[in-house]
Amino acid sequence: MTIAPSLSRQQPAASVHPGPLLKVEDLSIEFGPKGTAVRVVEGVSFTIDTGAAVGIVGESGSGKSMTSLAVMGLIPSPPGRIATGRILFEGVDLLGLPRSRMPEIRGRDIAMIFQEPMSSLNPVMTIGDQIGEAIKLHQKMGREERRQRVVELLKLVGIPDPERRLGAYPHQFSGGMRQRVMIAMAVACNPKLLIADEPTTALDVTIQAQVLELMHKIRRTLNTTILLISHDLGVIADICERVIVMYAGKVVEDADVKTIFRSPKHPYTRGLLQSIPRLKDENTRLYQIPGMVPLPGTIKQGCPFFPRCPDRIDKCARETPPLLEITPQQKAACWVSAGATS
Amino acid sequence: MTILPGSVGTLSASDDIEHAIAPEPGRTALLKDMLFGQASTIFAFSVVVIFLLVAILAPWLAPYDPLAQSILSINKQPSWAHWLGTDQFGRDVLSRMIHGSRNSLLFGLISPALAAFFGTILGVTAGYFGGVIDRVISRVVDLLLAFPELLLAIMIAAVLGGAFWNIIAVITVAFVPGFARVARASTLAVKQEPYIEAAVAVGLRTPTIIIRHVIPNIAAPILVLMTLWVASAIRLEASLSFLGIGTRAPNPSWGNIIRDGLNNLFGSPWPIIAAGFAITCVVLSFNLMGDAVRDVLDPETTR
Repeated sequence: MTIAPSLSRQQPAASVHPGPLLKVEDLSIEFGPKGTAVRVVEGVSFTIDTGAAVGIVGESGSGKSMTSLAVMGLIPSPPGRIATGRILFEGVDLLGLPRSRMPEIRGRDIAMIFQEPMSSLNPVMTIGDQIGEAIKLHQKMGREERRQRVVELLKLVGIPDPERRLGAYPHQFSGGMRQRVMIAMAVACNPKLLIADEPTTALDVTIQAQVLELMHKIRRTLNTTILLISHDLGVIADICERVIVMYAGKVVEDADVKTIFRSPKHPYTRGLLQSIPRLKDENTRLYQIPGMVPLPGTIKQGCPFFPRCPDRIDKCARETPPLLEITPQQKAACWVSAGATS
Repeated sequence: MTILPGSVGTLSASDDIEHAIAPEPGRTALLKDMLFGQASTIFAFSVVVIFLLVAILAPWLAPYDPLAQSILSINKQPSWAHWLGTDQFGRDVLSRMIHGSRNSLLFGLISPALAAFFGTILGVTAGYFGGVIDRVISRVVDLLLAFPELLLAIMIAAVLGGAFWNIIAVITVAFVPGFARVARASTLAVKQEPYIEAAVAVGLRTPTIIIRHVIPNIAAPILVLMTLWVASAIRLEASLSFLGIGTRAPNPSWGNIIRDGLNNLFGSPWPIIAAGFAITCVVLSFNLMGDAVRDVLDPETTR
């Protein structure tokens, strides 16, 4: 598998880590027994700089959630396993760490917000206790000090009357409020990297906008690096400055948001952008990419998007395109965009 | 009871959030409301409390020595001197009932508690870790479940003998598989919940997750089962005593009062009637209490 040509800064792992905050190299994730294992993520490489906000977009089954779970070390195993690759966080390979070290990193250095605010909180614990638990785990603090911190966090995420809400149970909160609590829990220990896996998908549109606004606020006030996973390019464009497009377990395009919207280089990205409804043309039928996402493991050779691609050439059926540098700011896994003709 | 709005749909504008949530009643108020909200629950609690008081105060309440025999007053009908009459040895039935409540309630409370403790440990371990651990524990539990509890209890009692702690152990072992089953099944369901994944993501380690997040969420069915089995334990102890391997004569327990009474049914039916009535009352009360406990434990139950 080809490793994406890295952007200028290739530095050895060091304790001070002058390089990017997170660097994923050639990550492949398999499910199933060895031998007949199915690769759901293959050869994924990307970097996230400190302070950046990067989005991963793709449809269901594209491997975006698996990639984020791999960073957290949460791939459900036995069935799943990381087949190849390295995940360098501040220069340290998380995959090489002993299992017992991961809990120290989770929550303190890397935190995660989940998709299901309705069920991501323990129903029999008060929200004050749940947020406090995260703090207690990673920071030495007295009881009263911790309580103050929880109140502060609830205030930060915009929960009214936080002092009184501490003793409330999750079922007394609405979906949007619970997602706020989840965010408070995630940022409780000032993580360096915040992974948000579809944080707004389960919410209705007005609450979605509020949660996105909150993410902005978190970024401004805490200076957190954000990795946002979504199937919604609009959500990603709102928060992130760079976007990684995934398709069938591979990165197909990696560019900054403006470039992607202005001149998408991979036909799949173009398809995605064309299928966003626009306010101006109300009477035309919405574009849809023909065909379906291939099942994991069914593409043996060639470009995974080949069967659905409007611009395909013969070469695409034979050779899998690596992530090719189109411009210094934009990389796409497409022979045609890279200038191949036959 | 105030019902708090929980759905997303009711809160569409941010300004409404503040008004939409009613003030929360204190936890103690909630508990009171649930415990004393229903007549049957009050009744059950009163009965249990009365029986517990009787058991604790037995030496002071009993009008006679429960072991003192008297050839002069055999098989007496109830009278002012002997409220429940006397048995074939002239012992006062009421005094024997009062002292017997100690044995019966001790068995009834200790064994299910111990069984719940060990059963939960086994079940949660099996359910949470799965794999080989699960298979080994589950097969052992299946094996124990294959025997009826009474048969299992008789078997163990026959081997160990009938001392107090042996009987406790016997009843505990007989009940552990049931708890392990329930705990395992509940753990399997809870393990899939996103809040467990969220707890892992926060950085909690496995033992903390099990104690703080898994067990509280499976506690409701376990505690209900426990209150139900308080009843079964009293019944089982009665059965064992009835069969002669429980509480040893001449010490009274409700079970062996019934057994002794059966041999003397035509002499005086009162021992059987009294002990049977006491067992029925306590068993029924604990069952009703079980329902109330379940309602209190589930924060989402709103009446």
